[in-house]
Amino acid sequence: MDLFARRPVVCAAPSGRRSRVAQPMTAAAASGQFELQECSVCATVQYPPREACCRCLSDELVWKHQSGAGELLSRTALHHSHDPYFRSRVPWHVGLVRLDSGVSILAHLPADAPKPPARVWVEAHLDRKGAGVLVAFGRSDGAGLTEDPRLQEMCSDPGSANVFVTDGGSLHSQAVVRALAAAGAARIWVGFESAGDSFVVPQGLCDLPRVTCLRMDVTDEPCVGAVAASIAGEIDIMINTAAIAQSRGVDAARSEMEVHYFGLLNLARHFVSPLSERAIRTRRLCPAWVNVLCVSGLRGYPSWGTYGASMAAARSLSECLRVQLREAGVRVVNVYPGPLDDRRSEQHQVPKLGAPAFAQSIVEGLRAGVEEVFPGEVAQEWFHGHRGRQL
Amino acid sequence: MRDSDRKAYDEVAIAVPVTIPYVRHSTRGAHWFAARALAALLEGSGLEKKGLDGLCFSSFTAGPDNAVAMTQHLGITVRWLDHIPMGGVSGIVALRRAARAVQCGDARVVACIAADTHTLGSFRSIVEDFSQFSRDAVYPYGAGGANASFALLTDYYMRTYGARAEDFGKMCVEQRENARHCPYALLRKPLTIEEYLNARPIAEPLRLFDCVMPCAGAEAFLVMTRRRAAELHLPHAVVLGATECHNPFPDEPIQTRGGWALDRDELFSQAGISRHSVDLVQTYDDYPVMSVIQLEDLGFCAKGEGADFIRSHSFTTNGTFPLNTCGGQLSAGQAGTAGGFLGITESLRQVTNTAPGAQVEDARFALVSGFGMMVYDRGLCSGAAILERAG
Repeated sequence: MDLFARRPVVCAAPSGRRSRVAQPMTAAAASGQFELQECSVCATVQYPPREACCRCLSDELVWKHQSGAGELLSRTALHHSHDPYFRSRVPWHVGLVRLDSGVSILAHLPADAPKPPARVWVEAHLDRKGAGVLVAFGRSDGAGLTEDPRLQEMCSDPGSANVFVTDGGSLHSQAVVRALAAAGAARIWVGFESAGDSFVVPQGLCDLPRVTCLRMDVTDEPCVGAVAASIAGEIDIMINTAAIAQSRGVDAARSEMEVHYFGLLNLARHFVSPLSERAIRTRRLCPAWVNVLCVSGLRGYPSWGTYGASMAAARSLSECLRVQLREAGVRVVNVYPGPLDDRRSEQHQVPKLGAPAFAQSIVEGLRAGVEEVFPGEVAQEWFHGHRGRQL
Repeated sequence: MRDSDRKAYDEVAIAVPVTIPYVRHSTRGAHWFAARALAALLEGSGLEKKGLDGLCFSSFTAGPDNAVAMTQHLGITVRWLDHIPMGGVSGIVALRRAARAVQCGDARVVACIAADTHTLGSFRSIVEDFSQFSRDAVYPYGAGGANASFALLTDYYMRTYGARAEDFGKMCVEQRENARHCPYALLRKPLTIEEYLNARPIAEPLRLFDCVMPCAGAEAFLVMTRRRAAELHLPHAVVLGATECHNPFPDEPIQTRGGWALDRDELFSQAGISRHSVDLVQTYDDYPVMSVIQLEDLGFCAKGEGADFIRSHSFTTNGTFPLNTCGGQLSAGQAGTAGGFLGITESLRQVTNTAPGAQVEDARFALVSGFGMMVYDRGLCSGAAILERAG
């Protein structure tokens, strides 16, 4: 081995440092929203974020949704950067945008952004470090991120990715596998709990191209370790779908914790290191760890009972993982569906989420590069009613 | 034009221009360069330490120390002290502050010193933490440091006003001609227009020779009464006029003019001379476009006519418009805040006929312009001063 061979600089993530006043932009970007500070008194929109209104000095500032429409005034391609992340990815394109709201914004640009002066649309996204950044596109359909060879690192497009779905036992997780296959995933591993020496695979799933079924039980730590040893070094996206049906009683509550919380803990013990090691060399996408949780993990719903408590525990653990994995450039995505259209939710008298829609929301969330996904009407209701107070 | 009843800088002298030779990188701290500058000021003036009673200090790299700590480092006792970390306008502002202190008797002799080191990695840390806005809205885009900001401005200026790379190149080539005979310039090798145009891109449209080279060094001068300067038999200049302006035109989408556009009439009326009387000009030339903007805003040509001005003038010391007569920062290097002193020390040498490099014949009036502090998307500080040969 040539010790002195020139190797590419390994740098998985840019600097994630932000001032406290700038944090809300990241929080909004985590669920795909572009928000800027607006003054409650004089309605001035301002950027970069400040402690007081730069016009009337009021400190009554609120973060409000922005259309993002503006004009690209100038652009440059950086062939040098003081930041190692960007230095190893030059030429890097940035531009100066004058938003229609009257603020000037330095934004990332896709390489094929229009020549200034031109109309552009600014979106807020999370960079590889999970920090909010602004990106200007020459189109307003919101689909520009996945198509740029540099910006695609801000999202986790399953196309061409290696994906592991931890539990294929439910109709909803099987729909996720089908959606991933349709999205062009390179390889898909799907875990199934064993029934004795073998495991039962639903009709048709393993017949999908590029799909491999394997034995996996998140509550069985040696089993989790064995699976990690065999495939974790190849995974770009892991989707933890392990969940049990809701029922009542103390034993049920223990089982819920066993699967939702301790199952996730087992995954964390065996998958964090190999995923991080692979991620540091990955540039084609932001590697992702998706945890399918439940909107009942965000607040107590009496009808969900102990189920929600176990999901709250899992959510808390997932958020710890998120902070830890950010350093390695891995994104932790929490999915909070409302009641699913399955046996588990029979007693809920609310709109239920069908399997294909659930699966599609996960694929779309990965493509959009968000950290929080709220699939279905109940989850959307919660999101619009509570965001900012609880997240 | 601003209403003004500002007092003249009567009886104020500026003397003893000091340059501590620049080096590309140094293992010395900023304090070393400050100590060498103070020693040179004492040697050049024949004063003892106790003959100084004021200190005006500028540095980006002396941190955590400021001017206060510097008194103990350098072992001086002063009754007047100022810290001016204003980058490219530090020299103008130091001169204005010190001149008033001397004029009003708060200090008799003020040492104005700008000292910065350049160690491996020191520039990156300055850039990363330059300002809160920079940390939140520039560095995370790979665009920390001035290259990206001036690339965006140059792109805009060229498109809006029809300036060409050849125009900026002509200015750089002629400035380099001035540097050939200046022992203080790090870059003295003649530059051809072909070399300029074929240099590697740094941040499009900027190429290598459009960008100042960070380095270590110090610049310094003394401010005292004319009577004291005469007693000490020091060649000196007087301050005819000086202005400064911070955060001009905050609502303009992109910076195409600085505070000079507000202050130029006041500058020349305080000086009591016409701009046609000026024998040489030192612009703050961190990038060619910025020199052009200063020449426009100071009234040497109209806004947008900078390229024509370049084509119709020659900028060498014997040319039609002697500009940056020691080669400017583009040849000398940019020693941090000392870059904001360079125009003053060089002007002082020219009007006292003590330039070690090429001398402008019979130079009487020198105009020095300063510009600095790209806090977010524009340089916030601008200033200018007119010096006249004394006696």
